[in-house]
Amino acid sequence: MIKDISLSKKHNAVIDPVKNLRKRKNTQNIAFAFIWLAGIIAVAALLFIVGYVVSNGFKVINLEFLTTRPAGGVSGKGGISTTIVTTVYLVILTLAIAAPLGIGTAVFMVEYTTEYAGKKNFVGYLISLIRTSVEILAGVPSIIFGLFGFAVFVSYMKLKFSLLSAGLSGACLVLPLIIRTTEEALLTVPKSYREGSLALGTTKWQMVFDVVLPSAMPGIITGIVLSVGRVIAETAVFWVTLGGSYRLPKNLLSSGRTMALHVYMLASETRAFDKALGTSAILIVIIILLNLAINISSKQFSKKFSGK
Amino acid sequence: MIDNNHINLKTKISVENFNLFYGKFQALDNISIDIPSNQITAIIGPSGCGKSTFIRSFNRMNELIPTVRTEGRIILDGKDIFEIDPVELRKQVGMVFQRPNPFPKSIFENIAFGPRAHGIRDRRILEEIVEKSLRQAVLWDEVKDSLTKSGLALSGGQQQRLCIARALAVEPEVILMDEPASALDPVATLKIEELIEQLKEKYTIVIVTHNMQQAARASDFTLFFNMAENRAGYLVESGKTTDIFTNPKNELTEQYISGRFG
Repeated sequence: MIKDISLSKKHNAVIDPVKNLRKRKNTQNIAFAFIWLAGIIAVAALLFIVGYVVSNGFKVINLEFLTTRPAGGVSGKGGISTTIVTTVYLVILTLAIAAPLGIGTAVFMVEYTTEYAGKKNFVGYLISLIRTSVEILAGVPSIIFGLFGFAVFVSYMKLKFSLLSAGLSGACLVLPLIIRTTEEALLTVPKSYREGSLALGTTKWQMVFDVVLPSAMPGIITGIVLSVGRVIAETAVFWVTLGGSYRLPKNLLSSGRTMALHVYMLASETRAFDKALGTSAILIVIIILLNLAINISSKQFSKKFSGK
Repeated sequence: MIDNNHINLKTKISVENFNLFYGKFQALDNISIDIPSNQITAIIGPSGCGKSTFIRSFNRMNELIPTVRTEGRIILDGKDIFEIDPVELRKQVGMVFQRPNPFPKSIFENIAFGPRAHGIRDRRILEEIVEKSLRQAVLWDEVKDSLTKSGLALSGGQQQRLCIARALAVEPEVILMDEPASALDPVATLKIEELIEQLKEKYTIVIVTHNMQQAARASDFTLFFNMAENRAGYLVESGKTTDIFTNPKNELTEQYISGRFG
């Protein structure tokens, strides 16, 4: 027999419901106050940083600043035109290398190896090895990717300080990010889509290419846009692989200077701190726009899929 | 299994001493049965007795689970299905699932997906196939003006008819249905049942159902599966649906259809 404890009156006599409620409400109010405080401090700090950079930076931004090339020297004369172009080049090159590799790896891990996962055979070990490596790589400080790029691409492969060296090193940097976001996106595709496709007599590749990848596209695009942001914001890797020439790169083996690298060089080697802030302001605006683009594109996709 | 009721009908699928294992666990025990052509065969039985596993053997979908092992033969039109490439087999043996699973694509693309995967590129032929399949699935009049809308925007019953149309578009010979109406309301269920009745003219239909009224209403033949504590899913009794429901030979069948267990 189970005793119904709500029937035993003993406890009710000890607890005063009014006092108890007041006490619990007080606890809640204190907790809320802390949570609000934490939120406000974090947002205020971020707004202060962005506000400081943007308000100070915008003093130097004008059409001339955007369209003239840096002139070099300790006074940091000139604009940032070539660094914008170099940044765009490097983003395209890095993603052209990293996106197919990363998406391919994720598809391999999710779609082609489930039957081997956890098994004690060669493929089983290979997969757990890839998973572990990706997780470790995601946490490695970026300068280490830079040193690796310097040792392998710049020195050993004799690619020198160049767009190609930087693109390859940058690809190593964002590869874990792309693999993980794509993997997560693929895992959210329902099993019923895969079964539905196979039951129609499609090959596994047709299933992956025509059903699974399109369904995972919002997640994959998010990963790619995050990688774009990562390349735009990165300095350490490109400091040791791209060189620092402020000229416009002529080909894949030319040296160059991205905007983030330009900020670093202006701040550390010249007196033009205002121009460093100006370049930073533009970088921040680009990152904000990229995040907006992620939001809009993922909303568009879910709209299209749900059909509403 | 000797069954006089099947004698006048052409056999579409013939199952011979079929066993199925998930690793060491046996799920189906020595099943032999002939499935007649252009008829609706319903499979009933309590949960976990292997009904779904059984029909998923017909298009070899069980093989997606790595540990599955089978014994015995399943003959489709005189050919052992385990000697046919599964991709080829699944074109002949279509399937409709328990929950409607339209792709996150437009209604048109959902139907055109199968034929396109099988190599049809001509837009005009695809349009014809889409219209024909939607008409066969009695969905055309409801969606003809919104073919570009997402398949996921349809109601549950419409989604399931879309999935049936999608299966029909690759012109299979057999259609397997795994509890196709279990996620639908009574009105949508009735529509699906009417549709299945029309489809048997051209297709052989095997349907798993949990709903005994549905089996009684909508099928020509019934297979009753059961399982015991130390026996995997096995075939208890099979025959014409009217016979099974009015005059079951086996005591278990009688108990099950009168709702005393299951």
